[in-house]
Amino acid sequence: MSRSDVLVDAAFVEAHLDDPGLVLVEVDEDVSAYDKGHIRGAVKIDWKSELQDPVRRDFVDKTGFEQLLSGKGIANDDLVILYGGNNNWFAAYAYWYFKLYGHGNVKLLDGGRKKWELDSRELVVDVPSRPSTDYKAQDQDLSIRAFRDEAVEAIGTKNLIDVRSPDEFSGKLLAPAHLPQEQAQRAGHIPTARSIPWSKAANDDGTFKSDDELRQIYADAGVDLNKATVAYCRIGERSSHTWFALRELLGLSDVKNYDGSWTEYGSLVGVPIELGEAK
Amino acid sequence: MTQGCAAPAQTARIPATVDLANEAVIQGTVTRDGDPVSSAYARLLDSTGEFTGEVVTGDEGIFRFFAAPGDWTVRVLAAGGVSVDFTITAAIGEVAALEVAI
Repeated sequence: MSRSDVLVDAAFVEAHLDDPGLVLVEVDEDVSAYDKGHIRGAVKIDWKSELQDPVRRDFVDKTGFEQLLSGKGIANDDLVILYGGNNNWFAAYAYWYFKLYGHGNVKLLDGGRKKWELDSRELVVDVPSRPSTDYKAQDQDLSIRAFRDEAVEAIGTKNLIDVRSPDEFSGKLLAPAHLPQEQAQRAGHIPTARSIPWSKAANDDGTFKSDDELRQIYADAGVDLNKATVAYCRIGERSSHTWFALRELLGLSDVKNYDGSWTEYGSLVGVPIELGEAK
Repeated sequence: MTQGCAAPAQTARIPATVDLANEAVIQGTVTRDGDPVSSAYARLLDSTGEFTGEVVTGDEGIFRFFAAPGDWTVRVLAAGGVSVDFTITAAIGEVAALEVAI
């Protein structure tokens, strides 16, 4: 797999905006971002109200995903290009989700909304109307999704990569610094995890670092790139960004995103937790 | 339902659920020729230069972090190739304020 199979740049998107069979999808946590301006022709997916089950803590099921994509006018053979704010966290999360449900042709816009804005490229407020489709999803590909027991089993056996900020890793903070520190879970990290914040994989403008730089970053932090890997963060979207870097850009075969992440692990009874720097 | 890790809308008013007595706030306003700049990116770097968080300014040009006490760098990125750094100290119960004219 090469980088161009999974990542496109802004110039490509500008040149191909009107291509039939190409659907741009903006995914933000802040849905008002799309309403204030988005790339022409892009549809919006709300990571929370549209991708999460409204009752249980889990994703929408296969039928729910089919209904969502059908309603958005996305067909099975469309090329889906995802982008969003926050250095593409939620776009990467949606990318992982599209892969989880077996969408064939999906890519990320490198740098997402941030790079697009910093380049002063065009944003519009017109919402496109796309005829609905009859989308068919696959069963979840669990080779890319880790659950809590696998996170525990990975201690000391697989690479565990904690992609939260250093202060969240050490237990000093429970949430990123731009959020109020209101959560009640235990702080810390999964024992044997390496602390490699997601941001290490990105440049200031939100684009991904080169393959060589990425390999160096993970190797230097003690990750054996020949071993299976589980990535986690607080709720699984920042770790989707790292999952994308490891599996889609570097082509590692066994990389799972633990979407339960710290909000689950840090609330489990009886599991080991480590505080402070990585050991 | 779980709240995401992305930043909430950046507004002048601090959300009512936040007790400032327990927070070390770093905030600022980005202006260009006196007018607030929206869609500027404020990046919070810790004392070792490690990235900690990022928020986007809204219509009021405001950014805000709930940091740990200590020394921080705020890097502001904006269209036109703007990238400027500021050093600032945060303390619990205080709002450390920056005025960023670009």
